[in-house]
Amino acid sequence: MTGVSGPPSVLSVLASVPTFALEGVDAREVTVEVDARRGLPVFTVVGLPDTAVREARERVRSALLNSGLEFPLQRLTVNLAPAWVRKAGASFDLAIAVGVLAASGQVPPEALEGVAVSGELSLGGALRPVRGALPIALGCRAAGLRRLVVSPEIGGEAALVEELEVCPVPSLARLVDLFHGRWKPEPPAPRESRTASRAVAPPDLADVRGQADARRALEIAAAGGHSLLMIGPPGAGKTMLARRLPGILPPPTIEEALDITRVQSVTGNSGDGLASERPFRAPHHTISAQGLVGGGARPRPGEVTLAHRGVLFLDELAEFARPALEALRQPLEHGSVDIVRGQVGLSFPARVLLVAAANPCPCGIGGDRCECGVLTRERYRARLSGPLIDRIDLVCQLAPLPALALAADSTPGESSAVVGARVVVARERQATRLAASSATCNAELGTGATRLLVPLTAKASRPLAAALDAGMLTGRGHDRVLRVARTIADLASRQRVGHDDVAEALGYRAVAPGRTAAA
Amino acid sequence: MSGACDSCLRRGYLIGLLSGRIAGLLGRPGAPLELLALDDTSLATAVGGRGKQEALAFLGRFEPRRARADLRHTGVAAVCQHHESYPSALQDLNDQPAVLFCRGRVELLAAVEAEPAVTVVGTRDATPDAIEVAHGLGRGLGVAGITTISGMALGVDGAAHRGALGARGATIAVLAGGPDVVYPRRHGDLHRQIVESGLVVAELPPGQRPYRWSFPARNRLMAALARMTVVVEAGEASGTLITADFAQDLGRTLGAVPGRVSTRAAAGSNRLLREGAAVVRDASDVLDELFGVGSGATAPMPRAEPDVDPVDRRLLDAVESRLDIDGIATFTGLPVNETRAALARLETRGLIRRDGLFGWERRRPAR
Repeated sequence: MTGVSGPPSVLSVLASVPTFALEGVDAREVTVEVDARRGLPVFTVVGLPDTAVREARERVRSALLNSGLEFPLQRLTVNLAPAWVRKAGASFDLAIAVGVLAASGQVPPEALEGVAVSGELSLGGALRPVRGALPIALGCRAAGLRRLVVSPEIGGEAALVEELEVCPVPSLARLVDLFHGRWKPEPPAPRESRTASRAVAPPDLADVRGQADARRALEIAAAGGHSLLMIGPPGAGKTMLARRLPGILPPPTIEEALDITRVQSVTGNSGDGLASERPFRAPHHTISAQGLVGGGARPRPGEVTLAHRGVLFLDELAEFARPALEALRQPLEHGSVDIVRGQVGLSFPARVLLVAAANPCPCGIGGDRCECGVLTRERYRARLSGPLIDRIDLVCQLAPLPALALAADSTPGESSAVVGARVVVARERQATRLAASSATCNAELGTGATRLLVPLTAKASRPLAAALDAGMLTGRGHDRVLRVARTIADLASRQRVGHDDVAEALGYRAVAPGRTAAA
Repeated sequence: MSGACDSCLRRGYLIGLLSGRIAGLLGRPGAPLELLALDDTSLATAVGGRGKQEALAFLGRFEPRRARADLRHTGVAAVCQHHESYPSALQDLNDQPAVLFCRGRVELLAAVEAEPAVTVVGTRDATPDAIEVAHGLGRGLGVAGITTISGMALGVDGAAHRGALGARGATIAVLAGGPDVVYPRRHGDLHRQIVESGLVVAELPPGQRPYRWSFPARNRLMAALARMTVVVEAGEASGTLITADFAQDLGRTLGAVPGRVSTRAAAGSNRLLREGAAVVRDASDVLDELFGVGSGATAPMPRAEPDVDPVDRRLLDAVESRLDIDGIATFTGLPVNETRAALARLETRGLIRRDGLFGWERRRPAR
């Protein structure tokens, strides 16, 4: 793959250097081929380059000359293969420069064996960081390359990938020294989790007073990965509870942490290390469908991808534009966003725990003291039962503040650590049971798997049968209740799903608010 | 059965013609009703301005024959105050409508004459509980052969009509617009059903949309037509209370269904009770009030209480007093998870129901 063909004395020399282009949250390998031959000194770049890539010629020329290297006065043709993929950005600078050096015999061909490079060049010859170091490093390993050269700023992130030698190199001159064996880079800082450097502790569940029912719902949601809708007046603590959800989810596994870091890396939000926390995204309700699920001419990940492996919180659910929520349905079902642009199909990961919150009515007071008109309230309820309601596993109702004060429950609630420990146990039970399937938690079970993996005793199925008879449930709702019941039993470390588990799950089910007109 | 003399018919159409101007002339609800007591020429003069010229011109060129043809065409019967079908009860009003525009079974007007009728009214923004009570009243009165009168509005009114229709009882809808104008639009089906097996009555001629002033005007007709008016649920500012005022002024019996004292929804109806209105729990209470205790057309119906254990009893009480879920748990002493489970069981037994995505409500036991 990499190397130089033919001795430099012949008429034409061809060099090729592997580098990477970002596609969604993955890196696609791109081979930079440089052909140097005798002729009028021209420098052309082909292979669907955008303006930034074409401008690489100027940066490469200056960087070489300013680094005390020679820019060959030959006819130089650079091809970025595969030629049909559009190339954008300045991350190909380094690969082009290295190709030119190889084609002009300034670096030994054998030094390039199994080496990929990625970086932007300054006119002075310094290496600049690129976005997506982690996916690039993962792509490198997948392509069987053993060495990756990047700028020192992103060396730590790239080094998260094992079985890959990452060389943080500050400048083009140093890189040539490295290739000649005259210099060795400092190995990148050892992998460390970002927890240590965090200034503020994550919010703790102990801060939430009262709201026993909502806390319970939150725990079930965390334990089984179930989507949750909280209904309650402003100030009841819906947002407060939602923000504490990442803290009671099990910490991400290494694979999940890599997933999270990869998304952050592509959007340029990563720090130096591996993400140690699950993301929490709370987009404002004015967000567009594209902002929520991603897209655009040059596709960018949306909020649902930024929340991958974490929590997506939709506050004021009824206020979101219908098309935006409509667009969210497919990602929620498949765990990914699929976008097609031109000839290229992209897939952004989007496995999120959905938490939504809404006021009981537009005035926010609800109940007997609501001040909304009939029609206003009915319109609001209709909006609330919009596109996402059949994706909601649990609904809980929060009391307004005065009732909280009356509850006389001022002792601090359980801390996130205590609740989180129960969640971890429940998740472990699920992991054992689901080892053979593609699901990782109860909420991800399909219809067939649900009925297979959640067998009910005759007694336990009685409330469900009664609910179906009473018209309280649809077939889809039936499975949803079963999955939640399974999680409730897991939380209690019960082997079998009992009567009480099913009844409780039934109590949390979502009922699309219909009109409360006469019989 | 039906018929209207020329001058009464002209009067009916004159009010239709001036309806927009009456609205513009008097912003305050209630006030326009004094206008309705004026004779044709004074009314035209009172409206004044261009309306006056228009109205006087109209009075001169009105063609009763064409009006009758139009009415036949739209299936509307006109009954004027000189006709034998015109309910004498309306003569208690000093501004009785000269003509009633009717669609449906006009003979129901005669039934109102022969037997006492009951007006059931209440808020449009009714709680499910009030809806059930109103529905039960319509049904119970229907079974007892009593005509249920209401205004076909959303909420309580619609439920009362439906209850009566469901029991194949007689029901009359008094509309604020023309007899063929469906208002509220959502009640198209109900309007059709009432035209088929009940009666729709209006003071405004066909095609007229309702005006702000025509709702209180309609309310006076509902109050006058019935021997008794029952307010099912009304807030403090509810238009329903106007009907109650008319009923009292006309010397009709007034009843109200008790509501929770802490809700705004029932503040108006509870005040009526405080001021002496008869307590109405169901149709048999209405019959007692109309015909004397125990002489009702139906036997008193004891409230069927479901067979529940003490814990469920407390849960039902907590739901009935509309506690939130944490409050229910505290009240019953159950842990929250068991509370959810217990509520779900009561729901499957049909004793309570979920109010959409919100809390639970008590369901009245069926009987």
